[in-house]
Amino acid sequence: MLIFEHTQPGRRAHSLALSDAQEAHDLPAELLRQQPPLLPQASELDVVRHYTRLSQKNFSIDTQFYPLGSCTMKYNPRVCNTLAMLPQLLARHPLADADTGQGFLVCLYELQEMLKEITGMAAVSMAPMAGAHGEFAGVAMIRAYHDARGDSARREIIVPDAAHGTNPATASMCGYTVREIPTDRQGNVDLDALKASVGPHTAGLMLTNPSTLGVFEKSIVAIQNIVHEAGGLSYYDGANLNAILGRVRPGDMGFDVIHMNLHKTFSTPHGGGGPGAGPVGVSERLRPFLPIPYVLEDLGAYRWAEEGDCPRSIGRMSAFGGNMGVLLRAWVYARMLGGRGMRRVAEFATLNANYLAAELKRSGFDLAYPERRASHEFIVTLKKLKDTTGVSAMDFAKRLLDYGFHAPTTYFPMLVPECLLIEPSETESRETLDAFVAAMVKVLEEARMQPEMVKGAPHTLPVRRLDDVRAARELDLTWKLG
Amino acid sequence: MSIPADLKYTKSHEWVRLEADGNVTVGITHHAQELLGDMVFVENPTLGRQLRAGEECAVVESVKAASDVYAPIAGEVVAANGDLEGAPESINQDPYAAWMFRVKPAQAGDLDALMDAGAYTAHVDSEAH
Repeated sequence: MLIFEHTQPGRRAHSLALSDAQEAHDLPAELLRQQPPLLPQASELDVVRHYTRLSQKNFSIDTQFYPLGSCTMKYNPRVCNTLAMLPQLLARHPLADADTGQGFLVCLYELQEMLKEITGMAAVSMAPMAGAHGEFAGVAMIRAYHDARGDSARREIIVPDAAHGTNPATASMCGYTVREIPTDRQGNVDLDALKASVGPHTAGLMLTNPSTLGVFEKSIVAIQNIVHEAGGLSYYDGANLNAILGRVRPGDMGFDVIHMNLHKTFSTPHGGGGPGAGPVGVSERLRPFLPIPYVLEDLGAYRWAEEGDCPRSIGRMSAFGGNMGVLLRAWVYARMLGGRGMRRVAEFATLNANYLAAELKRSGFDLAYPERRASHEFIVTLKKLKDTTGVSAMDFAKRLLDYGFHAPTTYFPMLVPECLLIEPSETESRETLDAFVAAMVKVLEEARMQPEMVKGAPHTLPVRRLDDVRAARELDLTWKLG
Repeated sequence: MSIPADLKYTKSHEWVRLEADGNVTVGITHHAQELLGDMVFVENPTLGRQLRAGEECAVVESVKAASDVYAPIAGEVVAANGDLEGAPESINQDPYAAWMFRVKPAQAGDLDALMDAGAYTAHVDSEAH
C-alpha cells in the first residue's frame, strides 16, 4: 500500500510554518498554483505507522543475516554514522572557505593517505561517487595516458569473463572496444588466451580480483607482466577489497589504477542504489591525470586541488567534494580499525566464507570451485538439484526467506548454472553461520521431498512470489491519483 | 537439451539455418535460452545493415541478464522477426521456431566454418561446470 492510499481529504500533519510567515504577493498571476498540489493527506501518526510497517516488512542487515554475494552486506558500526552526522560536519556549506574548515579537510586528506597505504598506490582521488563512476575515472585516465603519448592505436580493453559486468560497460563508455577472455576450470584467467589477445592495440586489462567467482587470481603477477610488456596498463577492480585489506596491495602487484567501493568495504549502509563512493588510486605514471576534487596539503594547510594545480587532469567529477557522508563514515571506520584491524577484517571475512563453504560442502552442497579456497565469497551450484527435482536456484532462494535469511545472490555470475553466490562477511558470528547452514540443509531436504512446496515459496511473507517476468515486460512505475 | 541435427551453430550459442533461397536464418539455441531464463525483450538489427562475422548485432534480455547476439557470418540483414517484440517468450517456448533475423551471406561458403550439431554438443559440454 502506498502512502497516497491512506489519504483522507483534509487530514494533515502539524504545519511547521511560522504564523508570521509572509505570503509572497508579488508573484505573477500566471505562475500561481490554482489548486493545491496532489499530495498524500494523512496525519503524522498515519505516516509514522505506514513507514514503520514498511520497514518491518523489509529484510535488512539490522534484522537478518544478509549473505548477498558481491555486495558485502556487513554490519556498519553505528558510530561511523553518528560521527559523520556531527552538526559541525553536516551543516558545513560546500562553498565555505578552506580556512574555515581545516578539520573537515584534514579528515578527507587523512582518508586519501590511508587509502594510498591500503592499496599501495602513489596517489588517490575521492571524487568519483560510485563504483562505476570510479571505473569510468580509471579507464578515462588510461585513455588520457595513451593519448598524451600519441599512442592512439590502443583501442581495446581486455576483460576476463569473471569480471564484474560493469567492467566491459566502462570500457565501452570510454570509447574502447572490449575483448573478453575466458577463465579456466579453476577460475583463473586463461593465460594463453591473454597472450594471444595482447598487442599494440591493447590499451589495458581490467581485472576483478578476487573475481566474481570468489577466488583470488593465482597468476596475477604473470598477468601484469603480459599486459605491461604489450604496452597496456592494468586496472584493478577493487570492489571486492574486503578480502584483501591489510594482506596484499594492488600497488605492490604492479597495477596502474584501482577503484574502491567505500560504501561496501568502509561502512556505509548501501543497496537499492544508495549513496556510494568510488575513489581511484593510481601509479606514478597516471598521477597527473587524477580527477578533481582532491585535497592538497601545503605546509600544514589543507585545500581542494583546482584545475590550475593539475592541468592534465581528466577533469572534475563531482560538483563539490565528492560524496561527503560516505567519505566521512569511511574515515571514522578506517581510524577505528587501524592497520591491524583492517587485516582482521580480511582474515575474518575469508575465514567466515571458507567455514560456510566447508560446512555446506559437508552437508551435501556442490561448490562450483571445490578445489579452490574461497576469498570473501563462494559459489554453490544447484544444477544437479534442478535436474533431478526441478527446484531452481530462484526457488531455493525464495524458500530461504521463509526461514528468515536474506537470499544469497542468484544467477550471478552467469558462468555457473543455477548458482548461489554467498558472502557472509566478517561481522557474522559462528552461531549465525551455523543457523544458515541448518536452513540450507532444511531447504535441500524439502526440495527433494516436497519440490512443489519449495517452488511456491515464500509462504510466510507479506508478499508472495513476484511475477518478475510480467514486471519486466509490463513496466509500470507510476501511481495515478484519483 | 535440444540440438537439432540439421542446423549449424556458433560458439556464442546462435543457431543458423540455410534457406532454399540462399539466405540464412539466425536464432539462439535451446541451451542459450535456458541459461538466460524468461525473455523480456528482444532487439533485432535493422534491415539492410551490413554485418561483419562475429559482430554484436542484436540483444536478448531476460529477467536475469541482457545478452548480445553475434552475427554468425558476414552479410546483409534481409529480414527480422517482428513477432518477437510482442512475444519475447516464444524464444523460451520454441527457440528453433522463434527465429530472430535473416542474413544474405556475403560469401556462400561461410556457413561451412560453423559447428555442426555434434561439435556444438561437445562445445556445450565443455562449458558446463
